[in-house]
Amino acid sequence: MSETTSETASAVGTTTPVTIQRRSVLRAAALGGIGLGVLGAVGSTVALAAEPSSTTSSGPNHQWCMVIDLRMCNGCQLCTVACQTAHFLHEDQTWMKVYTMTNAAGEEYPMPRPCMQCEDPACVPVCPVGANFRTPEGLVLVDQSKCIGTRICMNACPYDARYFNWGAPEPAPKQPYAQSPEWPVPQVQGTVGKCIDCAAMLPTGQIPECATHCAMGVIYFGDLTTDTAVNGMGQTIKISSYLADNNGMVFKEEYGTHPRVYYIPGHGQDLVNDHDAAI
Amino acid sequence: MTDVIATPAPAEHRVDHELRRAVLRPVLETPKWWWPSILVLGAIVLLGIVAWIYQLAHGLGSAGYNDDAFWGIYESNLVAFIGVSYGGAVVSAILRLTHQSWRAPLTRIAEATALVTLPIGMLFIIPHLGNPGKIWELIWPPYWNLSSPILWDFFAVSTYLMATIVFFYLPLVPDAQVVLTQLDDAAPSTRVRVRQSLYRALVGRFGGTPTERRRLNGSIGLLAIMIIPMAVSVHSVLSFAFASSSRPGYMETIFPVYFVVAALYSGVALVVLSVAAVRKLYHLESYISSRHFVRLGFLMIAFGAAYLYLTFTEYLIDGYSNTAGPAAWVYQIVAGRYWVPFWFYFVAGGLVPILIMAIKPLRTMTGVTVASVLVVLSLWVKRLVIVIPPATEPLVRAATKSSGAVSGLWGTFHFTWVPISITVAATAAIPLLLLIVFRFVPALSVTEMEEVAAESSHQGGRP
Repeated sequence: MSETTSETASAVGTTTPVTIQRRSVLRAAALGGIGLGVLGAVGSTVALAAEPSSTTSSGPNHQWCMVIDLRMCNGCQLCTVACQTAHFLHEDQTWMKVYTMTNAAGEEYPMPRPCMQCEDPACVPVCPVGANFRTPEGLVLVDQSKCIGTRICMNACPYDARYFNWGAPEPAPKQPYAQSPEWPVPQVQGTVGKCIDCAAMLPTGQIPECATHCAMGVIYFGDLTTDTAVNGMGQTIKISSYLADNNGMVFKEEYGTHPRVYYIPGHGQDLVNDHDAAI
Repeated sequence: MTDVIATPAPAEHRVDHELRRAVLRPVLETPKWWWPSILVLGAIVLLGIVAWIYQLAHGLGSAGYNDDAFWGIYESNLVAFIGVSYGGAVVSAILRLTHQSWRAPLTRIAEATALVTLPIGMLFIIPHLGNPGKIWELIWPPYWNLSSPILWDFFAVSTYLMATIVFFYLPLVPDAQVVLTQLDDAAPSTRVRVRQSLYRALVGRFGGTPTERRRLNGSIGLLAIMIIPMAVSVHSVLSFAFASSSRPGYMETIFPVYFVVAALYSGVALVVLSVAAVRKLYHLESYISSRHFVRLGFLMIAFGAAYLYLTFTEYLIDGYSNTAGPAAWVYQIVAGRYWVPFWFYFVAGGLVPILIMAIKPLRTMTGVTVASVLVVLSLWVKRLVIVIPPATEPLVRAATKSSGAVSGLWGTFHFTWVPISITVAATAAIPLLLLIVFRFVPALSVTEMEEVAAESSHQGGRP
């Protein structure tokens, strides 16, 4: 499954396929280095455990992704508010967070940051009890009924996209969807929560709340299998050509996480640039 | 010296009656100060448990954690307490393997210190978890995710706990036999009977014949060899939970070595403090002299110097790189928001102990004890400096000049009364558990001291 998605990603001209991935390193360690029988056995289990959990032979129908057109964003944070309202989050639980960034010329610009729904997420393999998982449709979700709250996934995420329930969660009325990793409302004290791309709403044909409520049409939500994305204003784009024509890029590409959130730059910024910023 | 595994039992085992009287008295009779000490320390531990219950109800936020400081004091304590346990075990193992005859009165204290600090350190995983009610998932294989460094930690530390228990138990067997013989003379009562069955269980079928002694000493020697690589691996694996990530300040290849050396350094210091306390409380001045302290002191600063060197290497290289993540982190530690705790470590845990050992008039029992207090304290602070700065560093480096932009700034860990109470309670639990252990177990290894004395007189060395 990851093969196809990598092809789709490179087809849209945004991500260079990185040959060394986390799971291949683990596999190499299991096969080559360790030498002790027991450890070798553990290592191969590790390699197996790191494989995607996709089991359907026909393959999933969707590969969800997001395109954020930074040229349009005015930093109003309606997306943040819409997200927090829909999921009954505390004010500091900014699953969709608008950062104020600086470009090379020293000018500030707003940048919304949802969960990147990485193809090779750093947060998933580190959980000791397997509470993090990636769905066949490409969403990285948290099973809050399993989470024991070690917060090592918050350590692993290079995008600071994970939020903990440090106290009692915001109470929520009866929800249209059952409480599940696809709709973790209300949140659970002592567990980790994060942007879920409004997973439970997607089968009903709705796009995530942040995209719906963006008055500027910045956030497009789409499907890589059909190569189409739509924003809250009903504008539809062909993802591959839109990214190719507008210099689409991913955030912190050098981490090898293969994000499923693509940014369209517009302020002379360089999203890949993480190493030579001044202190 | 003969080879390690087959250490021969001395041909003649001379019973040192004066030693036995001095060492066994606090085991056979309750010292006057024992109950009051237990009650005071127990009350402090209870206060920590109350704080933990408060935290259970109010969430980890009441312990000062937040999304911009996701790890903090509990994770430092986990490392610090497991670290000091490491010192006790390795000190005993190293001294045994190198046949240091001066080790004899120290090994029991060192092993007991390791035995009590390790479970305390392990217990810090409970307040660390957001959802401790589900901790059973860690010991229930269907839930295991073997690619997680936290699970590796859990396996490593549990294995080490087993080894520490056995390493404490084996040298205790002949001593339990000695206590058992003493109890035979005591007037029979329920208390004596309970104790007799306890020591009988500890002794098992050990009869004390020369062959059995030789086998026992061989097993201890083998375990002493095994426990060193085991302890090294445990502390290395413990560092993986931090180092196996892309976070600046955690992603350091030096971490495994760094953690091992820090553990040895603080561990030897805690052994010195235990030895000093036991010597005073149990009136063992004639068996533990300043010679022991000075030698332990030299061992301690050898590790201390190595640790100072590793710290310097790590900060120099990351700082020199001038990259946004690592260099910003080093800057915040040496000159920014974390400069006070870092320089406290540098002075109190780096320079002063070395100076104390270097200047001859200061190289006394008091000097080494003072140095050890400084080392234990400053290495705890240093663990905070290891854990907290990377956990508070923003990974999305946003603009900082705009007054409205609070996003992407360094986070703050708040030291509230909850984690402080729990930390104080854990610290009080060390002497509490040691007092309980030494109520049942002789503080000095009686048979080992007699054997070493016989061995050295046999070889014409001084005891």
